[in-house]
Amino acid sequence: MSIVPAQFNDRLTSLGEQYRRFSETTATALLWVLISILFLWAAIFETDLFIAGMIVGSVLALGAIGLTLIYSILGFANFAHGDTMMLGAYVAFFLLTGIVVGEKPNIDLDVGWSLNRMPGATAELWDLSFGWGLLVAIALSMFVMAAFSIGLDRVVYRPLRRRGSGIVIFAMAALGVAFSIRAVMLIIWGPDPRRYVQGIHYANHYPFGVVLKTDQIFIFLVAMGLAAVMYFVLFHSKLGKAMRAMADNPDLALVSGINTDRIVMWTWAIGGGLMAIAGALLAIQALLRPILGFELILPLFAATILGGIGKPQGAFIGALVVGVSQESSIVFFSAGYKPAVAFVILVFILLLRPRGLFGTAS
Amino acid sequence: MTLALEATDVVAGYGEAEILHGVSIAVEEGEMVAIIGPNGAGKSTLLKTIFGLIPTRAGSVRLGTNDITSDRPDSIVKAGMSYVPQVENVFPSLSINENLEMGAYVRQDGLRERLEVVYDMFPDLTSRRGDGAGKLSGGQRQMLALARALMLDPQVLLLDEPSAGLSPKMVDSIFSKIVDINLAGTAVLLIEQNAREALSFSHRAYVLVTGENRMEGDAKTMIDNEEVGRLYLGE
Amino acid sequence: MQLNRLATPLVLLVVAGLVIGLPAERSRDFDGTINFLAIFATTVAIYAIFTLALNVQWGYTGVFNFGVAAFFLVGAYTAAIFVKPPADPESSVRYIGGFGEALSPPFLGGDQWVPFLVAIFAAAIASGILAVLLAVPTLRLREDYLAITTIGVAELLRRIVIQEDGLVNGSRSLIGIPKPFSGYFDADTNRFVYLGIAIVVLAIVFLLVERAIRSPWGRVLRALKEDETATAASGKNVYAFKMQGFVLGAMLMGVGGAVFAFSRGSIGPTTFDHFFATFLIWAMLMVGGSGNNWGAISGAFVVWGLWTITLQLNGYDLPNVMQNRIFFIRDFLVGALIVTVLLLRPRGLIPEERRVSLWLDRRMRRSARGDPVAGNTP
Repeated sequence: MSIVPAQFNDRLTSLGEQYRRFSETTATALLWVLISILFLWAAIFETDLFIAGMIVGSVLALGAIGLTLIYSILGFANFAHGDTMMLGAYVAFFLLTGIVVGEKPNIDLDVGWSLNRMPGATAELWDLSFGWGLLVAIALSMFVMAAFSIGLDRVVYRPLRRRGSGIVIFAMAALGVAFSIRAVMLIIWGPDPRRYVQGIHYANHYPFGVVLKTDQIFIFLVAMGLAAVMYFVLFHSKLGKAMRAMADNPDLALVSGINTDRIVMWTWAIGGGLMAIAGALLAIQALLRPILGFELILPLFAATILGGIGKPQGAFIGALVVGVSQESSIVFFSAGYKPAVAFVILVFILLLRPRGLFGTAS
Repeated sequence: MTLALEATDVVAGYGEAEILHGVSIAVEEGEMVAIIGPNGAGKSTLLKTIFGLIPTRAGSVRLGTNDITSDRPDSIVKAGMSYVPQVENVFPSLSINENLEMGAYVRQDGLRERLEVVYDMFPDLTSRRGDGAGKLSGGQRQMLALARALMLDPQVLLLDEPSAGLSPKMVDSIFSKIVDINLAGTAVLLIEQNAREALSFSHRAYVLVTGENRMEGDAKTMIDNEEVGRLYLGE
Repeated sequence: MQLNRLATPLVLLVVAGLVIGLPAERSRDFDGTINFLAIFATTVAIYAIFTLALNVQWGYTGVFNFGVAAFFLVGAYTAAIFVKPPADPESSVRYIGGFGEALSPPFLGGDQWVPFLVAIFAAAIASGILAVLLAVPTLRLREDYLAITTIGVAELLRRIVIQEDGLVNGSRSLIGIPKPFSGYFDADTNRFVYLGIAIVVLAIVFLLVERAIRSPWGRVLRALKEDETATAASGKNVYAFKMQGFVLGAMLMGVGGAVFAFSRGSIGPTTFDHFFATFLIWAMLMVGGSGNNWGAISGAFVVWGLWTITLQLNGYDLPNVMQNRIFFIRDFLVGALIVTVLLLRPRGLIPEERRVSLWLDRRMRRSARGDPVAGNTP
């Protein structure tokens, strides 16, 4: 009882094979050309959108670098990545303001301790909208989220690893974790949007019609700076090289004498820290909303797969591409379709070159 | 002579299947020992078990004077034994230099000096230090895999079919490299499909069949052994 | 051991007791309780259609669909525009289709059932087409790529519904979707009639899936899930079989979406939220036990039971802090439930029957697989 006639199946299969062979040879070059065209066009004709896209992309990159490392070193799609980013942003919010939702959902409760209460913590730095309190809050949140990620690995993922579960079981567990984290954020901080700093901050005008808040410049510089630090760690430190080695081939890493358990721990620590700061940077520009975490999943995965799983440099470029495409898509489509842009990129890359820009044949 | 590696009555397997039913082998210091046998005899499983990749269900493994039964691979590497898997034995997205550094991951100091020593042994790799290992040909990859395993100057080297998938010319140069390594003092335990050739440059050999020792002895006499010839050398 | 065997009936009994007991105790009203139970059972039946469909994809084929919501949405909207009358150009309500009247033959009370039957088939076909479109780029790749893609398409479809205002009335929801045979009964009776219809559809889906799974085709599917390489080695076109399993599951999801749309009477983009329309169904299948159709159905019952009971709890004197957050707490419990099940009872309440046929064993012995040792990395 075959549902589709065998002939048709065979036709479909051989067509698919031919298609794949074609894609292997020309796809990479084509991709790079397309990316260059996109960047050139956006930078020249839509400078404002290009810069907005680069800012979003640089923040996404921090998330995507962590995601790609976890994806390759632990071998599963961490669907909780976006929600953990948001949790990091909320932890920073809590440290900064000391606010949670009280007994009634619409009345906030102040726990009585917060960084904002420290002398001078709210005094605006330079032309930014926030003071050093937020910087400290984000830094602390990085440690909290690093510890949280390691703890989560111990409780959930390590037992699954020990049992030799398939990647699908891991992905399922990650989705369960994602929804649990989102629920926790809703329970503690409620569904309404929150922001780090109250009040209005004006944007400055720059040449070529670029309108930017100083906050955005700050976000971009911090994100780029961290990406540079990550580059140094991954390509020039022993730990980073071992992480890349494990991303390549975990079995061979074990055979080489690398303590793979420790690398896994470091991966979660670094991934968790990056998630915290990426979430917080995103929340400086936009607002904190629990639902935002799930909406980040697609852009993050699109960036990761576009760059090639396990390739941090690929995730970085992939994230910039996703950011710029999303922002400049409003030239052609309604802004409501922005989140769908990542999906289009994802399907496109899966059709054209599933290994991604930097992916090596296995 | 002292024993560099000794596995005694090793029992191991995957899941419910038991593959090795009590295998014993010994390698003396500086010796080259070959393991031959038909497909499914458990040769690869034996190497993986010795190296701590598969849990030992019974029996023991000793490296020199240390009991390494059920030790983790990273402590076995530290204790002085390296292993080259049959396939996927380099890190493709790391450079050649980085591949070698990974071989010396447990090493605290003297990395630079050791790198030079290893590059001297593999001059072909020297000029391509910064290149990605993914770009190397099959034979070069095998060389790099050997080089990586030598980064800690191990007492014992385990090789799983180093000639698999290589052209005849490459096979010769890999084998001569292995002989060089052995002459420099490292004991080698290797599995080979090219059994005749492996026997020609090994000191001793074991024949493994269905997870049990079938035969052992001097490699040169084994080539002339009728049963071995009939069964495993294709004569 | 003994306890382990008792665990499953125990869980089912406790949930059943709570589902019947709590509302009865709270309302002390027989009719109210019966009405509640009718709605509850209808929802379980609808969800069971989805868990069976997902079971075809994941439990039997091993294809990983994280975007059930997409097929749910397509099925529900397709069915809705097939049974609704055309949109009134005078009103602000806009949607395409509206074939309800055109499909009603003027005899045998045709308007009460023909459009609905057609709508169910149309929903299945529309979902099936979506499945083919998604499977072509992803099915041959890593299994989690399909998961990411399906998550994406569910989000994309929701966007399209919201953005393309004239398609299915955008975010204002599509309301007034009729129920089959509703012209013959009053609203109260209708509830039970529709429960019957949902159960009939569920039974048909169940029998269909059972038949398919136990046919030679189904045996190949299961063999494929256990060992893709061995199945491919025995000359089966793995890609085609995966595709067929995925599409069959998607079509059944379309049917589920249709039955859901008739039941609710109104659907909007928020109905197909990821949590509600994808994750809950996965939770049901994992709790019940994937790879077993009875497990899939009991999972729908247990999870939906717990889901409704949590709200019932709100009628009692819960602390304020909890009462106000009962929905979020419930979300958390479902998320935690699935992680716990994966960790502690990965095979679910009613585990997969292992190797129902000896087919695979025979195949395995026949096909020479070479050295089982050398190729395996631990």
